Amino acid sequence: MPRFAPFDALRLGVFCASLLPLARLVWLGAHDALTANPLEFVTRSTGTWALVFLCLTLSITPLRRLSGEPRWLKLRRMLGLYCFFYAVLHAALWVWIDRGLDPASMWQDVLKRPFITAGALAFVMLIPLAATSTHAMMRLLGRRWAQLHRLVYAIAIAAILHYVWHKAGKNDFGTVSIYAGVVATLLGVRVWWAIADRRRR
Amino acid sequence: MKRHDLLGSEIPASDITPREVFEQRRALIRAAAAGAFGAALAPWFSRAAFAQTASPNPSAGKLAATVNRQFVVMDRPTAYKDVTGYNNFYEFGLDKADPAKHAHTLQTRPWTVSVEGLVARPKVYDIDELLKLASLEERVYRMRCVEGWSMVIPWIGIPLAELIRRVEPTGSAKYVEFFTLADKKQMPGVSVPILDWPYVEGLRLDEAMHPLTLLGFGLYGEVLPKQNGAPVRLVVPWKYGFKSAKSIVRIRFTDTQPKNSWAVSAPKEYGFYANVNPSVDHPRWSQDSEVRIGEGGGLFAPKRKTLMFNGYAEQVAAMYAGMDLRVNF
Repeated sequence: MPRFAPFDALRLGVFCASLLPLARLVWLGAHDALTANPLEFVTRSTGTWALVFLCLTLSITPLRRLSGEPRWLKLRRMLGLYCFFYAVLHAALWVWIDRGLDPASMWQDVLKRPFITAGALAFVMLIPLAATSTHAMMRLLGRRWAQLHRLVYAIAIAAILHYVWHKAGKNDFGTVSIYAGVVATLLGVRVWWAIADRRRR
Repeated sequence: MKRHDLLGSEIPASDITPREVFEQRRALIRAAAAGAFGAALAPWFSRAAFAQTASPNPSAGKLAATVNRQFVVMDRPTAYKDVTGYNNFYEFGLDKADPAKHAHTLQTRPWTVSVEGLVARPKVYDIDELLKLASLEERVYRMRCVEGWSMVIPWIGIPLAELIRRVEPTGSAKYVEFFTLADKKQMPGVSVPILDWPYVEGLRLDEAMHPLTLLGFGLYGEVLPKQNGAPVRLVVPWKYGFKSAKSIVRIRFTDTQPKNSWAVSAPKEYGFYANVNPSVDHPRWSQDSEVRIGEGGGLFAPKRKTLMFNGYAEQVAAMYAGMDLRVNF
Protein backbone atom coordinates (compact mmCIF):
# COMPACT_ATOMS: atom_id res chain seq x y z
CA MET A 1 0.00 0.00 0.00
CA PRO A 2 2.66 2.57 0.80
CA ARG A 3 4.08 1.98 -2.67
CA PHE A 4 0.85 3.11 -4.28
CA ALA A 5 1.33 6.75 -3.35
CA PRO A 6 -0.93 9.56 -4.61
CA PHE A 7 1.48 10.25 -7.42
CA ASP A 8 1.23 6.70 -8.66
CA ALA A 9 -2.53 7.08 -8.89
CA LEU A 10 -1.95 10.31 -10.77
CA ARG A 11 0.39 8.53 -13.15
CA LEU A 12 -2.19 5.88 -13.86
CA GLY A 13 -4.81 8.56 -14.44
CA VAL A 14 -2.54 10.51 -16.79
CA PHE A 15 -1.64 7.32 -18.64
CA CYS A 16 -5.30 6.55 -19.31
CA ALA A 17 -6.30 10.13 -20.05
CA SER A 18 -3.47 10.42 -22.57
CA LEU A 19 -5.05 7.65 -24.61
CA LEU A 20 -8.32 9.55 -24.93
CA PRO A 21 -7.31 11.53 -28.06
CA LEU A 22 -6.54 8.23 -29.79
CA ALA A 23 -9.73 6.65 -28.46
CA ARG A 24 -11.71 9.59 -29.84
CA LEU A 25 -10.21 9.13 -33.30
CA VAL A 26 -10.95 5.40 -33.23
CA TRP A 27 -14.51 6.08 -32.10
CA LEU A 28 -15.06 8.71 -34.81
CA GLY A 29 -13.54 6.35 -37.37
CA ALA A 30 -15.87 3.54 -36.34
CA HIS A 31 -18.84 5.90 -36.76
CA ASP A 32 -17.67 7.25 -40.11
CA ALA A 33 -17.36 10.70 -38.55
CA LEU A 34 -13.77 11.68 -39.36
CA THR A 35 -15.11 14.59 -41.46
CA ALA A 36 -15.22 14.58 -45.26
CA ASN A 37 -11.42 14.54 -45.38
CA PRO A 38 -10.30 11.90 -42.85
CA LEU A 39 -6.62 12.05 -43.84
CA GLU A 40 -6.39 15.77 -43.16
CA PHE A 41 -8.43 15.54 -39.97
CA VAL A 42 -6.47 12.69 -38.41
CA THR A 43 -3.12 14.12 -39.53
CA ARG A 44 -3.93 17.46 -37.93
CA SER A 45 -5.40 15.91 -34.80
CA THR A 46 -2.39 13.69 -34.10
CA GLY A 47 -0.02 16.58 -34.86
CA THR A 48 -1.87 18.84 -32.46
CA TRP A 49 -1.80 16.22 -29.70
CA ALA A 50 1.92 15.59 -30.20
CA LEU A 51 2.43 19.32 -29.67
CA VAL A 52 0.15 19.36 -26.62
CA PHE A 53 2.17 16.54 -25.02
CA LEU A 54 5.38 18.33 -25.90
CA CYS A 55 4.11 21.42 -24.05
CA LEU A 56 3.02 19.27 -21.08
CA THR A 57 6.44 17.63 -20.96
CA LEU A 58 8.12 21.02 -21.00
CA SER A 59 5.88 22.29 -18.21
CA ILE A 60 7.07 19.68 -15.68
CA THR A 61 10.31 21.42 -14.76
CA PRO A 62 8.64 24.81 -14.19
CA LEU A 63 5.86 23.08 -12.20
CA ARG A 64 8.41 21.36 -10.01
CA ARG A 65 10.27 24.58 -9.39
CA LEU A 66 7.17 26.66 -8.70
CA SER A 67 5.55 24.07 -6.41
CA GLY A 68 8.70 22.72 -4.78
CA GLU A 69 7.21 19.26 -5.39
CA PRO A 70 9.86 16.98 -6.93
CA ARG A 71 7.40 14.18 -7.69
CA TRP A 72 6.11 16.02 -10.77
CA LEU A 73 9.18 14.52 -12.44
CA LYS A 74 7.54 11.11 -12.28
CA LEU A 75 5.16 12.21 -15.04
CA ARG A 76 7.73 13.64 -17.39
CA ARG A 77 8.95 10.52 -19.14
CA MET A 78 5.40 9.31 -19.78
CA LEU A 79 4.28 12.65 -21.21
CA GLY A 80 7.36 12.77 -23.42
CA LEU A 81 6.69 9.27 -24.70
CA TYR A 82 3.07 10.19 -25.44
CA CYS A 83 4.38 13.15 -27.44
CA PHE A 84 6.49 10.66 -29.40
CA PHE A 85 3.53 8.29 -29.74
CA TYR A 86 1.27 10.91 -31.35
CA ALA A 87 4.18 12.21 -33.44
CA VAL A 88 4.72 8.68 -34.79
CA LEU A 89 1.06 8.46 -35.84
CA HIS A 90 1.26 11.95 -37.38
CA ALA A 91 4.44 11.15 -39.33
CA ALA A 92 3.21 7.68 -40.32
CA LEU A 93 0.17 9.17 -42.06
CA TRP A 94 2.42 11.43 -44.09
CA VAL A 95 4.83 8.59 -44.95
CA TRP A 96 2.20 6.00 -45.69
CA ILE A 97 -0.90 7.73 -47.05
CA ASP A 98 0.21 11.15 -48.15
CA ARG A 99 3.50 10.11 -49.75
CA GLY A 100 2.44 6.52 -50.49
CA LEU A 101 5.62 5.00 -48.94
CA ASP A 102 7.68 6.49 -51.77
CA PRO A 103 11.11 7.48 -50.37
CA ALA A 104 11.95 9.74 -53.34
CA SER A 105 8.76 11.70 -52.97
CA MET A 106 9.32 12.03 -49.20
CA TRP A 107 12.84 13.29 -49.71
CA GLN A 108 11.60 15.81 -52.30
CA ASP A 109 8.98 17.01 -49.86
CA VAL A 110 11.54 17.43 -47.07
CA LEU A 111 13.98 19.33 -49.28
CA LYS A 112 11.42 21.50 -50.98
CA ARG A 113 9.06 22.59 -48.26
CA PRO A 114 10.31 24.42 -45.17
CA PHE A 115 7.34 23.33 -43.08
CA ILE A 116 7.99 19.67 -43.89
CA THR A 117 11.70 20.16 -43.22
CA ALA A 118 10.93 21.59 -39.79
CA GLY A 119 8.42 18.83 -39.01
CA ALA A 120 10.78 16.08 -40.17
CA LEU A 121 13.63 17.56 -38.10
CA ALA A 122 11.46 17.71 -35.00
CA PHE A 123 10.41 14.10 -35.51
CA VAL A 124 13.95 12.83 -36.15
CA MET A 125 15.20 14.58 -33.01
CA LEU A 126 12.44 12.93 -30.97
CA ILE A 127 13.71 9.47 -31.86
CA PRO A 128 16.94 9.48 -29.77
CA LEU A 129 15.05 10.99 -26.84
CA ALA A 130 12.43 8.25 -26.93
CA ALA A 131 15.14 5.61 -27.38
CA THR A 132 17.08 6.84 -24.33
CA SER A 133 14.10 7.28 -22.08
CA THR A 134 14.68 4.14 -20.00
CA HIS A 135 16.36 4.04 -16.58
CA ALA A 136 19.06 1.81 -18.04
CA MET A 137 19.88 4.38 -20.71
CA MET A 138 19.92 7.16 -18.12
CA ARG A 139 22.44 5.24 -16.06
CA LEU A 140 24.49 4.32 -19.10
CA LEU A 141 24.69 7.86 -20.43
CA GLY A 142 25.14 9.57 -17.07
CA ARG A 143 25.73 13.30 -17.49
CA ARG A 144 25.47 13.01 -21.24
CA TRP A 145 21.82 11.99 -20.85
CA ALA A 146 20.83 15.45 -19.63
CA GLN A 147 22.85 17.07 -22.38
CA LEU A 148 21.18 14.90 -25.03
CA HIS A 149 17.73 15.62 -23.69
CA ARG A 150 18.23 19.36 -24.07
CA LEU A 151 17.35 18.55 -27.69
CA VAL A 152 13.76 18.93 -26.54
CA TYR A 153 14.16 22.72 -26.76
CA ALA A 154 15.21 22.47 -30.42
CA ILE A 155 12.31 20.07 -31.01
CA ALA A 156 9.85 22.57 -29.54
CA ILE A 157 11.15 25.37 -31.76
CA ALA A 158 11.11 23.14 -34.87
CA ALA A 159 7.57 21.98 -34.07
CA ILE A 160 6.32 25.55 -33.76
CA LEU A 161 8.03 26.53 -37.02
CA HIS A 162 6.41 23.49 -38.67
CA TYR A 163 2.99 24.69 -37.52
CA VAL A 164 3.51 28.41 -38.27
CA TRP A 165 4.81 27.76 -41.78
CA HIS A 166 1.97 25.37 -42.44
CA LYS A 167 -0.53 28.11 -41.64
CA ALA A 168 1.42 31.01 -43.16
CA GLY A 169 -0.12 30.84 -46.63
CA LYS A 170 -3.54 31.78 -45.35
CA ASN A 171 -2.49 34.21 -42.62
CA ASP A 172 -4.37 31.89 -40.28
CA PHE A 173 -2.33 32.37 -37.12
CA GLY A 174 -5.14 32.19 -34.55
CA THR A 175 -4.51 28.77 -33.02
CA VAL A 176 -0.84 28.51 -33.78
CA SER A 177 -0.10 31.77 -31.97
CA ILE A 178 -1.50 30.24 -28.76
CA TYR A 179 0.88 27.28 -29.01
CA ALA A 180 3.75 29.59 -29.93
CA GLY A 181 2.96 31.67 -26.83
CA VAL A 182 2.91 28.59 -24.59
CA VAL A 183 6.22 27.28 -25.95
CA ALA A 184 7.80 30.75 -25.73
CA THR A 185 6.70 31.00 -22.09
CA LEU A 186 7.97 27.51 -21.22
CA LEU A 187 11.35 28.18 -22.82
CA GLY A 188 11.40 31.78 -21.57
CA VAL A 189 11.09 30.88 -17.88
CA ARG A 190 14.05 28.53 -18.24
CA VAL A 191 16.19 31.32 -19.66
CA TRP A 192 14.93 33.67 -16.96
CA TRP A 193 15.75 31.22 -14.19
CA ALA A 194 19.14 30.39 -15.69
CA ILE A 195 20.06 34.08 -15.66
CA ALA A 196 18.68 34.56 -12.15
CA ASP A 197 20.56 31.53 -10.82
CA ARG A 198 23.81 32.73 -12.34
CA ARG A 199 23.42 36.16 -10.71
CA ARG A 200 22.79 34.56 -7.34
CA ARG A 201 25.99 32.60 -7.54
CA MET B 1 -16.46 -6.71 -62.11
CA LYS B 2 -16.07 -4.10 -59.46
CA ARG B 3 -17.20 -0.60 -60.18
CA HIS B 4 -13.63 0.57 -59.67
CA ASP B 5 -12.45 -1.66 -62.50
CA LEU B 6 -14.97 -0.16 -64.87
CA LEU B 7 -14.00 3.41 -64.06
CA GLY B 8 -10.32 3.08 -63.30
CA SER B 9 -8.44 5.58 -61.22
CA GLU B 10 -6.70 7.30 -64.08
CA ILE B 11 -9.46 8.25 -66.41
CA PRO B 12 -8.19 9.85 -69.62
CA ALA B 13 -8.46 13.56 -70.14
CA SER B 14 -11.80 13.37 -71.83
CA ASP B 15 -13.85 10.91 -69.88
CA ILE B 16 -16.95 12.58 -71.09
CA THR B 17 -19.50 9.98 -72.01
CA PRO B 18 -19.79 9.63 -75.80
CA ARG B 19 -23.36 9.59 -77.04
CA GLU B 20 -23.32 6.00 -78.29
CA VAL B 21 -21.94 4.76 -74.99
CA PHE B 22 -24.62 6.64 -73.18
CA GLU B 23 -27.34 5.20 -75.41
CA GLN B 24 -25.90 1.76 -74.92
CA ARG B 25 -25.94 2.32 -71.20
CA ARG B 26 -29.57 3.33 -71.33
CA ALA B 27 -30.32 -0.01 -72.95
CA LEU B 28 -28.38 -1.76 -70.20
CA ILE B 29 -30.27 0.19 -67.60
CA ARG B 30 -33.53 -0.94 -69.11
CA ALA B 31 -32.24 -4.47 -68.97
CA ALA B 32 -31.20 -3.95 -65.38
CA ALA B 33 -34.59 -2.58 -64.55
CA ALA B 34 -36.10 -5.64 -66.14
CA GLY B 35 -34.04 -7.65 -63.72
CA ALA B 36 -31.87 -9.33 -66.30
CA PHE B 37 -28.53 -8.44 -64.70
CA GLY B 38 -29.94 -6.51 -61.83
CA ALA B 39 -27.21 -7.12 -59.31
CA ALA B 40 -24.29 -6.78 -61.70
CA LEU B 41 -25.50 -3.54 -63.18
CA ALA B 42 -26.76 -1.90 -60.05
CA PRO B 43 -23.92 0.65 -59.88
CA TRP B 44 -24.61 1.83 -63.42
CA PHE B 45 -28.26 2.01 -62.75
CA SER B 46 -27.85 4.13 -59.65
CA ARG B 47 -25.42 6.42 -61.44
CA ALA B 48 -27.79 7.12 -64.26
CA ALA B 49 -30.56 7.69 -61.79
CA PHE B 50 -28.92 10.44 -59.74
CA ALA B 51 -29.53 13.11 -62.37
CA GLN B 52 -33.24 12.74 -61.90
CA THR B 53 -32.89 12.20 -58.20
CA ALA B 54 -33.69 15.22 -56.11
CA SER B 55 -31.23 16.33 -53.45
CA PRO B 56 -31.73 14.58 -50.11
CA ASN B 57 -32.59 17.93 -48.57
CA PRO B 58 -36.41 18.12 -48.52
CA SER B 59 -36.54 21.84 -47.68
CA ALA B 60 -34.34 22.87 -50.62
CA GLY B 61 -35.78 24.82 -53.52
CA LYS B 62 -35.83 22.64 -56.61
CA LEU B 63 -34.23 23.75 -59.84
CA ALA B 64 -35.25 22.00 -63.04
CA ALA B 65 -32.46 21.41 -65.54
CA THR B 66 -31.70 19.23 -68.52
CA VAL B 67 -28.72 16.95 -68.22
CA ASN B 68 -26.08 17.87 -70.78
CA ARG B 69 -24.57 14.46 -71.56
CA GLN B 70 -21.60 16.05 -73.26
CA PHE B 71 -20.37 17.31 -69.91
CA VAL B 72 -20.90 14.44 -67.52
CA VAL B 73 -17.77 12.78 -66.13
CA MET B 74 -18.02 9.12 -65.23
CA ASP B 75 -16.57 9.48 -61.74
CA ARG B 76 -19.04 8.80 -58.96
CA PRO B 77 -20.51 12.08 -57.67
CA THR B 78 -19.42 13.11 -54.19
CA ALA B 79 -22.10 12.67 -51.52
CA TYR B 80 -24.45 15.62 -51.08
CA LYS B 81 -23.52 15.95 -47.41
CA ASP B 82 -19.85 16.38 -48.31
CA VAL B 83 -20.51 18.75 -51.22
CA THR B 84 -22.58 20.96 -48.91
CA GLY B 85 -20.72 20.37 -45.64
CA TYR B 86 -17.05 20.65 -46.57
CA ASN B 87 -16.47 24.06 -48.09
CA ASN B 88 -13.93 26.84 -48.37
CA PHE B 89 -15.89 30.08 -48.22
CA TYR B 90 -13.86 32.34 -45.96
CA GLU B 91 -16.56 34.99 -45.82
CA PHE B 92 -18.24 32.53 -43.43
CA GLY B 93 -15.22 31.27 -41.49
CA LEU B 94 -11.97 29.38 -41.97
CA ASP B 95 -13.03 25.88 -41.00
CA LYS B 96 -14.45 23.64 -43.71
CA ALA B 97 -17.60 23.16 -41.63
CA ASP B 98 -18.06 26.91 -40.99
CA PRO B 99 -19.86 27.88 -44.22
CA ALA B 100 -22.58 25.26 -43.66
CA LYS B 101 -22.97 26.56 -40.09
CA HIS B 102 -22.90 30.29 -40.74
CA ALA B 103 -24.06 30.94 -44.31
CA HIS B 104 -27.74 30.98 -43.34
CA THR B 105 -27.37 34.74 -42.75
CA LEU B 106 -26.74 35.33 -46.45
CA GLN B 107 -29.69 37.08 -48.15
CA THR B 108 -29.98 35.76 -51.69
CA ARG B 109 -33.10 37.79 -52.66
CA PRO B 110 -33.19 40.49 -53.80
CA TRP B 111 -29.87 39.99 -55.62
CA THR B 112 -28.43 41.78 -58.57
CA VAL B 113 -25.30 41.27 -60.64
CA SER B 114 -23.83 44.34 -62.23
CA VAL B 115 -22.16 43.56 -65.56
CA GLU B 116 -19.94 46.47 -66.51
CA GLY B 117 -16.63 47.68 -67.91
CA LEU B 118 -15.56 47.25 -71.51
CA VAL B 119 -18.91 46.12 -72.91
CA ALA B 120 -21.34 47.69 -75.35
CA ARG B 121 -24.36 46.81 -73.21
CA PRO B 122 -23.59 47.11 -69.51
CA LYS B 123 -26.50 46.05 -67.37
CA VAL B 124 -27.53 45.31 -63.82
CA TYR B 125 -29.14 41.89 -63.97
CA ASP B 126 -31.65 40.69 -61.43
CA ILE B 127 -30.86 37.13 -60.33
CA ASP B 128 -34.21 35.89 -61.61
CA GLU B 129 -33.47 37.41 -64.99
CA LEU B 130 -30.09 35.63 -65.07
CA LEU B 131 -31.79 32.34 -64.27
CA LYS B 132 -33.94 32.74 -67.42
CA LEU B 133 -31.11 33.84 -69.70
CA ALA B 134 -30.64 30.36 -71.18
CA SER B 135 -31.96 26.89 -70.52
CA LEU B 136 -30.49 25.45 -67.33
CA GLU B 137 -28.16 22.50 -67.79
CA GLU B 138 -27.00 19.86 -65.39
CA ARG B 139 -23.33 18.97 -65.78
CA VAL B 140 -21.18 16.70 -63.66
CA TYR B 141 -17.70 18.19 -63.21
CA ARG B 142 -14.65 17.33 -61.21
CA MET B 143 -13.65 20.00 -58.70
CA ARG B 144 -10.02 20.06 -57.56
CA CYS B 145 -9.13 22.29 -54.63
CA VAL B 146 -5.63 23.80 -54.55
CA GLU B 147 -5.32 22.25 -51.07
CA GLY B 148 -5.11 18.76 -52.56
CA TRP B 149 -8.62 17.37 -52.36
CA SER B 150 -11.29 16.90 -54.98
CA MET B 151 -14.99 16.25 -55.46
CA VAL B 152 -17.34 15.39 -58.31
CA ILE B 153 -20.35 17.71 -58.38
CA PRO B 154 -23.58 17.72 -60.41
CA TRP B 155 -23.91 21.45 -61.08
CA ILE B 156 -26.82 23.33 -62.56
CA GLY B 157 -26.06 26.42 -64.59
CA ILE B 158 -25.65 28.07 -67.95
CA PRO B 159 -22.53 28.65 -70.00
CA LEU B 160 -21.03 31.97 -68.92
CA ALA B 161 -20.65 32.69 -72.65
CA GLU B 162 -24.43 33.12 -72.83
CA LEU B 163 -24.19 36.16 -70.59
CA ILE B 164 -20.99 37.48 -72.20
CA ARG B 165 -22.50 37.43 -75.68
CA ARG B 166 -25.47 39.48 -74.53
CA VAL B 167 -23.39 42.30 -73.04
CA GLU B 168 -21.14 42.48 -76.13
CA PRO B 169 -17.55 42.95 -74.93
CA THR B 170 -15.69 45.62 -76.86
CA GLY B 171 -12.56 44.83 -78.86
CA SER B 172 -10.31 46.01 -76.04
CA ALA B 173 -11.85 43.68 -73.42
CA LYS B 174 -9.27 41.00 -72.63
CA TYR B 175 -10.20 39.85 -69.13
CA VAL B 176 -13.25 39.35 -66.95
CA GLU B 177 -13.19 40.19 -63.26
CA PHE B 178 -15.62 38.70 -60.73
CA PHE B 179 -16.47 40.22 -57.36
CA THR B 180 -18.02 38.34 -54.45
CA LEU B 181 -20.37 40.08 -52.04
CA ALA B 182 -18.53 41.44 -48.96
CA ASP B 183 -21.10 42.44 -46.38
CA LYS B 184 -20.05 42.23 -42.73
CA LYS B 185 -23.69 42.05 -41.66
CA GLN B 186 -24.31 38.89 -43.65
CA MET B 187 -20.82 37.43 -43.69
CA PRO B 188 -19.05 37.13 -40.33
CA GLY B 189 -15.72 36.21 -41.95
CA VAL B 190 -15.46 39.56 -43.73
CA SER B 191 -14.56 41.12 -40.36
CA VAL B 192 -11.45 38.92 -40.27
CA PRO B 193 -8.57 40.29 -42.37
CA ILE B 194 -7.58 36.96 -43.95
CA LEU B 195 -7.92 38.52 -47.40
CA ASP B 196 -8.42 41.99 -48.75
CA TRP B 197 -12.22 41.87 -49.20
CA PRO B 198 -14.16 41.72 -51.43
CA TYR B 199 -12.99 38.43 -52.92
CA VAL B 200 -11.88 39.04 -56.49
CA GLU B 201 -11.28 36.48 -59.20
CA GLY B 202 -10.58 36.77 -62.88
CA LEU B 203 -10.39 34.91 -66.17
CA ARG B 204 -8.99 35.67 -69.56
CA LEU B 205 -11.84 36.43 -71.96
CA ASP B 206 -11.28 33.21 -73.93
CA GLU B 207 -11.36 31.20 -70.69
CA ALA B 208 -14.56 32.94 -69.66
CA MET B 209 -16.09 32.18 -73.06
CA HIS B 210 -15.02 28.51 -73.00
CA PRO B 211 -17.97 26.10 -73.21
CA LEU B 212 -16.88 24.41 -69.97
CA THR B 213 -17.14 27.64 -67.94
CA LEU B 214 -20.44 27.83 -66.12
CA LEU B 215 -22.44 30.40 -64.30
CA GLY B 216 -23.76 28.13 -61.57
CA PHE B 217 -27.15 28.45 -59.90
CA GLY B 218 -27.63 25.03 -58.37
CA LEU B 219 -26.35 21.57 -57.57
CA TYR B 220 -27.89 18.16 -57.02
CA GLY B 221 -31.15 19.36 -58.54
CA GLU B 222 -31.64 22.16 -56.06
CA VAL B 223 -30.99 25.88 -55.80
CA LEU B 224 -27.35 26.49 -54.74
CA PRO B 225 -27.05 26.06 -50.99
CA LYS B 226 -25.76 29.29 -49.44
CA GLN B 227 -22.48 27.68 -48.33
CA ASN B 228 -21.80 26.75 -51.96
CA GLY B 229 -21.95 30.34 -53.19
CA ALA B 230 -25.64 31.16 -53.64
CA PRO B 231 -27.31 32.58 -55.57
CA VAL B 232 -24.81 32.64 -58.44
CA ARG B 233 -21.22 31.48 -58.75
CA LEU B 234 -18.58 30.62 -61.26
CA VAL B 235 -17.65 27.01 -62.11
CA VAL B 236 -14.33 26.59 -63.95
CA PRO B 237 -13.56 22.86 -63.72
CA TRP B 238 -10.01 22.84 -65.12
CA LYS B 239 -8.76 25.37 -62.58
CA TYR B 240 -8.24 25.09 -58.83
CA GLY B 241 -11.45 25.68 -56.92
CA PHE B 242 -10.55 29.14 -55.66
CA LYS B 243 -10.90 30.48 -59.22
CA SER B 244 -14.63 29.72 -59.11
CA ALA B 245 -15.85 32.83 -57.30
CA LYS B 246 -18.99 32.49 -55.18
CA SER B 247 -21.96 34.77 -54.49
CA ILE B 248 -21.09 37.11 -57.37
CA VAL B 249 -22.40 40.69 -57.34
CA ARG B 250 -20.26 42.30 -60.04
CA ILE B 251 -18.69 41.17 -63.31
CA ARG B 252 -16.31 43.63 -64.97
CA PHE B 253 -14.64 43.44 -68.38
CA THR B 254 -11.15 44.94 -68.48
CA ASP B 255 -8.05 45.22 -70.62
CA THR B 256 -5.66 44.46 -67.74
CA GLN B 257 -5.16 41.20 -65.90
CA PRO B 258 -7.31 41.24 -62.74
CA LYS B 259 -5.53 41.05 -59.39
CA ASN B 260 -7.22 38.00 -57.91
CA SER B 261 -7.42 37.88 -54.12
CA TRP B 262 -5.20 34.86 -53.43
CA ALA B 263 -2.51 35.98 -55.86
CA VAL B 264 -2.44 39.34 -54.06
CA SER B 265 -2.40 37.71 -50.62
CA ALA B 266 0.32 35.13 -51.35
CA PRO B 267 1.86 35.77 -54.79
CA LYS B 268 4.41 32.97 -54.44
CA GLU B 269 1.72 30.41 -53.70
CA TYR B 270 -1.21 31.34 -55.92
CA GLY B 271 -1.17 32.70 -59.45
CA PHE B 272 -3.68 34.20 -61.84
CA TYR B 273 -4.09 31.14 -64.05
CA ALA B 274 -4.26 28.46 -61.34
CA ASN B 275 -4.80 25.69 -63.87
CA VAL B 276 -4.82 22.27 -62.24
CA ASN B 277 -1.34 20.94 -62.96
CA PRO B 278 0.20 17.89 -61.26
CA SER B 279 3.71 18.89 -62.33
CA VAL B 280 3.72 22.38 -60.84
CA ASP B 281 3.79 22.06 -57.06
CA HIS B 282 2.40 24.43 -54.55
CA PRO B 283 5.31 25.67 -52.41
CA ARG B 284 3.89 23.96 -49.34
CA TRP B 285 2.68 20.72 -50.84
CA SER B 286 2.85 18.57 -53.94
CA GLN B 287 0.03 18.84 -56.46
CA ASP B 288 0.72 15.42 -57.97
CA SER B 289 -2.06 13.68 -56.10
CA GLU B 290 -5.35 14.40 -54.39
CA VAL B 291 -7.73 13.04 -51.79
CA ARG B 292 -11.10 12.31 -53.38
CA ILE B 293 -13.59 13.34 -50.73
CA GLY B 294 -15.88 10.51 -49.62
CA GLU B 295 -13.97 7.84 -51.50
CA GLY B 296 -14.33 4.41 -49.90
CA GLY B 297 -11.63 3.47 -47.43
CA GLY B 298 -11.85 6.65 -45.38
CA LEU B 299 -8.53 7.43 -43.75
CA PHE B 300 -6.75 4.69 -45.65
CA ALA B 301 -8.10 5.44 -49.13
CA PRO B 302 -5.09 5.82 -51.43
CA LYS B 303 -4.73 9.26 -52.99
CA ARG B 304 -5.58 9.71 -56.66
CA LYS B 305 -3.16 10.99 -59.25
CA THR B 306 -4.06 14.52 -60.19
CA LEU B 307 -4.80 14.92 -63.91
CA MET B 308 -3.48 17.72 -66.13
CA PHE B 309 -6.11 20.47 -66.33
CA ASN B 310 -8.11 18.29 -63.94
CA GLY B 311 -8.77 15.85 -66.79
CA TYR B 312 -10.03 18.53 -69.20
CA ALA B 313 -6.78 18.86 -71.18
CA GLU B 314 -8.39 17.84 -74.45
CA GLN B 315 -10.83 20.72 -74.23
CA VAL B 316 -8.66 23.47 -72.79
CA ALA B 317 -4.95 22.79 -73.41
CA ALA B 318 -5.00 24.67 -76.74
CA MET B 319 -5.74 27.92 -74.92
CA TYR B 320 -2.33 27.70 -73.25
CA ALA B 321 -0.24 26.58 -76.23
CA GLY B 322 3.27 28.02 -76.09
CA MET B 323 2.77 29.30 -72.57
CA ASP B 324 5.19 28.40 -69.76
CA LEU B 325 2.82 26.98 -67.17
CA ARG B 326 5.56 26.99 -64.53
CA VAL B 327 5.79 30.76 -64.79
CA ASN B 328 2.07 31.27 -65.31
CA PHE B 329 0.97 29.00 -62.47
